[in-house]
Amino acid sequence: MIRFENITKQFGDFKVLDGLNLEIPKGKITVIIGKSGEGKSVTIKHIMGLLKPTLGRVIVDDEDITDYQIEDLKRIRKKIGMLFQHAALFDSLSVFDNVAFPVLEHESITVAELKDRVQGALDMVGLPHTSQKFPSELSTGEKKRVGLARAIVHKPKIILYDEPTTGMDPLVSEMIDELIVSVSEQNPELTSIVISHDLKAALDISDNAVMLYKGKVQLAASPDEFRNTDDPVIRQFFSGKVEGPMEFM
Amino acid sequence: MSTSENSLNAVELGISRVGSKILGNVAALGSLVLFIQETVRQIFRPPYRGRLILQQMEFIGNQSLSIVLICGFFIGAAVSLQVGTIFVIFGAEGMLGAANGKALSRELSPLITGFLLAGRGGASMTAEIASMKVNEQIDAMEAMAVDPINYLVAPRVIACLFMLPLLVSIFNLVGQVASVIVGVFIFDIDQGAFFEKMTSIVEPADIWSGLQKAVIFGGIIALFACRFGLSAKGGAKGVGQATTNSVVTMLLVLLLVDFVTTYVQIVFA
Repeated sequence: MIRFENITKQFGDFKVLDGLNLEIPKGKITVIIGKSGEGKSVTIKHIMGLLKPTLGRVIVDDEDITDYQIEDLKRIRKKIGMLFQHAALFDSLSVFDNVAFPVLEHESITVAELKDRVQGALDMVGLPHTSQKFPSELSTGEKKRVGLARAIVHKPKIILYDEPTTGMDPLVSEMIDELIVSVSEQNPELTSIVISHDLKAALDISDNAVMLYKGKVQLAASPDEFRNTDDPVIRQFFSGKVEGPMEFM
Repeated sequence: MSTSENSLNAVELGISRVGSKILGNVAALGSLVLFIQETVRQIFRPPYRGRLILQQMEFIGNQSLSIVLICGFFIGAAVSLQVGTIFVIFGAEGMLGAANGKALSRELSPLITGFLLAGRGGASMTAEIASMKVNEQIDAMEAMAVDPINYLVAPRVIACLFMLPLLVSIFNLVGQVASVIVGVFIFDIDQGAFFEKMTSIVEPADIWSGLQKAVIFGGIIALFACRFGLSAKGGAKGVGQATTNSVVTMLLVLLLVDFVTTYVQIVFA
């Protein structure tokens, strides 16, 4: 389980998170939604310790990581996989080496085991014959899938998806969404956190949804509760209209 | 508001700007010192990345070889021509090899090889790391619990520390060959006299002082190149900006450190 206790994160004079309280349940898919600049990425960066809160505590897997130094944070990060918005594959490495990277860095396994693990991850994302290619030879959707293979290959307990379908065509978006669900179903202990702008798809794949607004949780509930809420801010976000109570910076 | 109040505000503003500039520079210097400290720590910390070090050595050494050979030859030849033309006036052309040897080994080889490596390898290192930075690859590395300084910076620093002295030695050798060709074929200097003067006047200490500079310059190039790469912000423009700033800073720092090192070597000789 991941818990944010009264988190404030300030950059200069600007408060991105302002007393955020949030609990993310273990073994579920939680989607964090909100308009641009509401601190969704900042929130997940706290989970990895890439950012430290100005105030408040961050609890990850029953450990208070708020004041952890780099060596302890590395231990926490080994439990986490992350799919970046633009996949963030290493250009100079082949697909095989990209996917093998976290395993080679942190585990001592034989070459045969490594090949099995990498091939298994590539099979899971539907790219079994790409291991010798380089990122520049892949389409955007394929890069995302390789990024997902890299995020799951070391069998993390938590997986973070930073806008996994942004910029994708509808078919590839649906494929990525199906992969998120499939990875979660195959690993019942896996806690998945998805940052998304695609509200409809996000609610379709999630067990739990959270909307951030003005640095706080506007609503944390099941997808059905989201669909049926009368909250005007959420209704406006659903409708995609500029007119409404939602403030734009 | 009165004129005196306006001028007071302008003075305050000026002082505040200068103060903020000074503070910014002190902070940048402090951050550079912390970066160097962390790099030194990571060089001696596992995991030791032999494969990456060899890759970088190949890139810095082997791939810079042709340009070092060409520059070494033509700079050796040009210096010999200049020096030879002056020595002829005094009838001291026999000293050509010695003068060229001293100039190359103590000063020209390390400095010009440093410039070449800064322009070629250093710029490339900055651009590669900056591109990784703006494309979230450094974030991805950190997210996978891998220290970017250990993975990216330490191997480059080690490779530069080893390869620059090697390239400087090659530069020296090729420059001296050019000097022999110019001396023997253009100034008609007797080969025996040429080599006799050269070997008696150019001492191992001269070559050693150039190699000391090479090690220092190698460290400076790798550290500055990586530092600028890791500090890059924005997109393609940020990569270009980081690369330009990196090369300009490296060249200026090399000149400054060259002077200081030469002074220290002369004082403590």
